[in-house]
Amino acid sequence: MNHGRRSWNAVLLVATAVAASLASLDVLPWQMASADGVARMAGYVAGFWPPDTHPDFLLQVAKGSWETLAMALAGTILAAFFGLLLAWPSSHAGGVGRLAKWVLNPLRAVPELVWAAFMVLAAGLGPMAGTLAIALHTTGVLGRLYAETLENAPSAAADALREAGARGWQVMIWGVLPVVLTRLVGYALYRAEMNIRAAAVLGFVGAGGLGQMLYVSLSLFQETRAATLIIATLFLVAAVETLGSQLRRRLDGT
Amino acid sequence: MRGPRREVWGWLLAGLVVWTLFRAAEFDPALLWQGGQGALFDFAAGFWPPAKDGPFLSIVVLAVGQTLAMATAGVFFAAILAWPLALLATPVLAEPPGGVVFRGWCGKWTRAAIRGVLVVMRGIPDLVWALLFVRAVGLGATAAVWALAIAYAGMLGKVYGELFEMAREPAAALLASGSGKTGALVHGVLPVVLPDVISYTIYRWECGIRASVVMGFVGAGGLGQQIELSLRMFEGGQVLTLLLALLILVALADRLSAQLRRAFA
Repeated sequence: MNHGRRSWNAVLLVATAVAASLASLDVLPWQMASADGVARMAGYVAGFWPPDTHPDFLLQVAKGSWETLAMALAGTILAAFFGLLLAWPSSHAGGVGRLAKWVLNPLRAVPELVWAAFMVLAAGLGPMAGTLAIALHTTGVLGRLYAETLENAPSAAADALREAGARGWQVMIWGVLPVVLTRLVGYALYRAEMNIRAAAVLGFVGAGGLGQMLYVSLSLFQETRAATLIIATLFLVAAVETLGSQLRRRLDGT
Repeated sequence: MRGPRREVWGWLLAGLVVWTLFRAAEFDPALLWQGGQGALFDFAAGFWPPAKDGPFLSIVVLAVGQTLAMATAGVFFAAILAWPLALLATPVLAEPPGGVVFRGWCGKWTRAAIRGVLVVMRGIPDLVWALLFVRAVGLGATAAVWALAIAYAGMLGKVYGELFEMAREPAAALLASGSGKTGALVHGVLPVVLPDVISYTIYRWECGIRASVVMGFVGAGGLGQQIELSLRMFEGGQVLTLLLALLILVALADRLSAQLRRAFA
């Protein structure tokens, strides 16, 4: 049986890959655990309790959360603008379309955190680098989604305008965009939600927000502060997830 | 009908919100030009040509291999952890309905507690787990493997649990006809959920490769750590080669993952 054989080959491939990975890494529990190591680990974990709740520090944490939120949203706004700008040519056939795709593909393929490391070198430490990193990666993602949306847009209104003698950009603004606007905004909101989660860790390479505070506090062995920051990250992510799913339900409902 | 005045206020308010956001993000394009336009262009020009000397290329190959091994081992451990967690978090093998899954475990409260644990495991970003493990067990691939194992066990546990719920009826039928828990699991649950469990786990492996690359930036080994090192030494050509390796690795993993999922479908 051809199909059965194929899935047995796949099982064999996966088993070999797992065995080779484990053999090359020394990560099996009995390779790591020693009485000394376990005690050290327990001491490390215990150091996180209790979370730092000093009012001054909590104020800083609130500021860091707001900065994370602002980075993610400002980056998404920039990305929606530039994504649409690149999606328009890339939805066309021919040289210009190919060029736009050539710009969008690497933007999307390089992860936010790698962009952030570059942007810290280009723009210095701080939330500006994080905002740019989010904007660059998300431009690649939204550009592609927007190009697909523009290509699949119902064309009745655009055709009517074109027949009446409208130019390309006039057709775009009055014929295509109004038809797909909800779609475009929906994609941007969905990415905004993912970007808030991403923005929370961009600070690890110096790009601002909660992540930078967490990185610094762990480097200075201030574990109780780190605990507060991790809890704040959890809250931020959970709040955004709840808000996002409620917003989506409402958008779908109307 | 909406008056034009109301529309103007709407736009003003939106503008104010956007302005506030960009201020909070300390957004200032002038920063990019601070060192004179030359600095940015020098920075970009330093990336060409890509480094391709023999010793460096062998480092790249080793780093790619290590990243693959980290993702594979991490997702493997995550899947092993996720099975018992998902079984404890869902009432699929509970008998009678609402009862206990394993003997001696109080049903409802165990489920709620395990669900809470899963939420925390996946709610803390994988990169934060990686940083915590780097501090605990030192630099290297081990930190990434355990970070992936924990963060992804949280996600897999949730999804496996949702899949187990689909097998509720066959499992309940087997339990009612006097079959044991193991029998109900093997003959009632597994046949229903296994294809989806395998498919989702392979998809997570694909995500795990991207995640392990990024984890290197906090010192957890593989391609990411190498990119960070070369970036810190301002070796632009090496960074470009490593980025190309990253793009190829991710593209190949996407394709392999699609093929594997088809083979198991």
